[in-house]
Amino acid sequence: MSIATARTAGNDTTILSRSGSRPKRHYGTHIFLVAMAVMWLVPLGWALFTALRPVASTNEHGYFSVAGDFNFDNFVQAWTQGGFATYFWNSVIITVPAVLLTLFLASLMAFAVSRVNWKFNITLLIMFTAGNLLPPQVLAAPLFEMAKHLEVPYSFSDSGNLLNTYIVVIAIHVAFQMGFCTFVLSNYMKALSPDLTEAALVDGAGIWRQYREIIMPLCRPAFAALGTLEVIFIYNDYFWPLLFIQSGNRLPITTAINNLQGQFLSNYNLLAAGAVITVIPTLVIYLLLQRQFVAGLTLGSSKG
Amino acid sequence: MSSTAQELIPPEAREPARPRAIKGGRVRRLSGRDKLVLSLMVGIPTLIELALVWLPTLMSVGLSFTRWNGLDLADIHSAGTENYQFIAQDYPPFWPALQHNMLWLLFLALIATPLGLLLAVLLDQNIRGSKIYQSIFFAPVMLSLALIGIIWQLFYQRDNGLLNFLLGTAGTPNAVDWFGDSSVNIWAALIAATWRHAGYVMLLYLAGLKGVDPSLKEAAAIDGANAVQTFFRVVFPAMRPINIVIVVITIIESLRAFDVVYVINRGTNGLEMLSALVIQNLVGEGQVIGVGSALAVVLLVISLVPIVFYLSRTFGKENQP
Repeated sequence: MSIATARTAGNDTTILSRSGSRPKRHYGTHIFLVAMAVMWLVPLGWALFTALRPVASTNEHGYFSVAGDFNFDNFVQAWTQGGFATYFWNSVIITVPAVLLTLFLASLMAFAVSRVNWKFNITLLIMFTAGNLLPPQVLAAPLFEMAKHLEVPYSFSDSGNLLNTYIVVIAIHVAFQMGFCTFVLSNYMKALSPDLTEAALVDGAGIWRQYREIIMPLCRPAFAALGTLEVIFIYNDYFWPLLFIQSGNRLPITTAINNLQGQFLSNYNLLAAGAVITVIPTLVIYLLLQRQFVAGLTLGSSKG
Repeated sequence: MSSTAQELIPPEAREPARPRAIKGGRVRRLSGRDKLVLSLMVGIPTLIELALVWLPTLMSVGLSFTRWNGLDLADIHSAGTENYQFIAQDYPPFWPALQHNMLWLLFLALIATPLGLLLAVLLDQNIRGSKIYQSIFFAPVMLSLALIGIIWQLFYQRDNGLLNFLLGTAGTPNAVDWFGDSSVNIWAALIAATWRHAGYVMLLYLAGLKGVDPSLKEAAAIDGANAVQTFFRVVFPAMRPINIVIVVITIIESLRAFDVVYVINRGTNGLEMLSALVIQNLVGEGQVIGVGSALAVVLLVISLVPIVFYLSRTFGKENQP
């Protein structure tokens, strides 16, 4: 109980001093934080402000004015003209399988290295964790050439190789993100009591049942956190589709937005509307699953 | 707002604090079927990891000693260290790129990371609206770096950007094209990167600060330490695991810096970065795989420093018997 009270006192050095004069001491802090918060919101606010104004009123009154109409015309126009529906669907095609496969494979690996004693556990875990920390550009050339030189039937891919397919983007996402998820999940599983599986072992439950019926259900909170995080990571990835996908109409939204700069040439209102549209899915996920997302980010760093 | 791995686990399933029973010999009790299941559990992910991450990494090293245009596999010729000599002596963007990567690292380490720490310390106090501030500072972390490039482009443009208006230079000959002018664009890009990085660091430190035993602070206060002394001598050192993670994240983010500069101008004209140079040599007309791979290897060797540091800190203790 005494610890709880001490914690509510926050950073105050003495617990006694917090009565009476305490709120006063934060005025300086608030001024600083408000100034920072304004600086933080200005770029986003400016994009939204520009997006809400028709190009006619900015042409007439200039960008630095509040005169003229405010409406959603730019959003409608950007959506249809920019082909957002296609890009969003492409993002879904890449993100959903990639996240599910990553979590599934990482959970298998994490279970094996954390719940069973085995000589190479640490070696494998180091290999997985290190793989996730490499800059993606280090492996770009060989992966690109592998995809280019691996011939597949034209019925499978119209390029005759793996370039320009979703499969290769999904596969590399899985390989790259698996390292991080394995690391986090194995830490999580290590913190679960060994008695849980010991008891199952006595009952004659095999490895698969231990994984499926005991460990998996207990890992639900970790999956929720990691899943949210990975959806954002993969949705936000710019690089892999840029490398592998050449035809513009197959790009996911994050990579495609760069092309909008050329497409909406010098119509900044449309570009701003496009940018705001792209933010919306992440914003929705953030507002709905903020707790999960934050938990996911801190999960990875809770052990050092 | 924050929770750690331990907090997510329901209490009844947590590993008890008592010393663990000897767990040796469990492997021997496995049946044949269990061994098969286990080897698949380990084998499939390991195979994917090796084939798509580590094999390409090794191939990058191999290709950096060859000359190849990326077309016919039979055309790969050994080139010795030619590519490395080329990038060091005859490839103008190489040294600026290395400098920019260093600058990126220094800027994140000396400005963005301390700013994130400061925000976390301020918000960790029970001040009114802490949650709202946290959400605001954290918002850019949700955005892709590519999108951040676009959003800041709107803010930085020469004629219609807000910054030139606020500076009073919009529409005058003094207006600066912040992303286009090669003498300032790296700084403009760094501000945009800081916008995201500081929020990330803030979040991690908020979690770290919650994990510091409050009795440490009390003890320091009893010993007569003021708030600043308490923070730097007691709280900050107590967050060592988080500090390591943040050092590693900062270094790796600065080596990975790619999306922002590539969105702005594909990493040219004042925004040369190692990662962007790698890609410039791989795609486009003149594919010079050898040169691109040599640049990738330089990037790899630098990245291995923080990676090895992090891994030895994280796994070092466990490795000992």
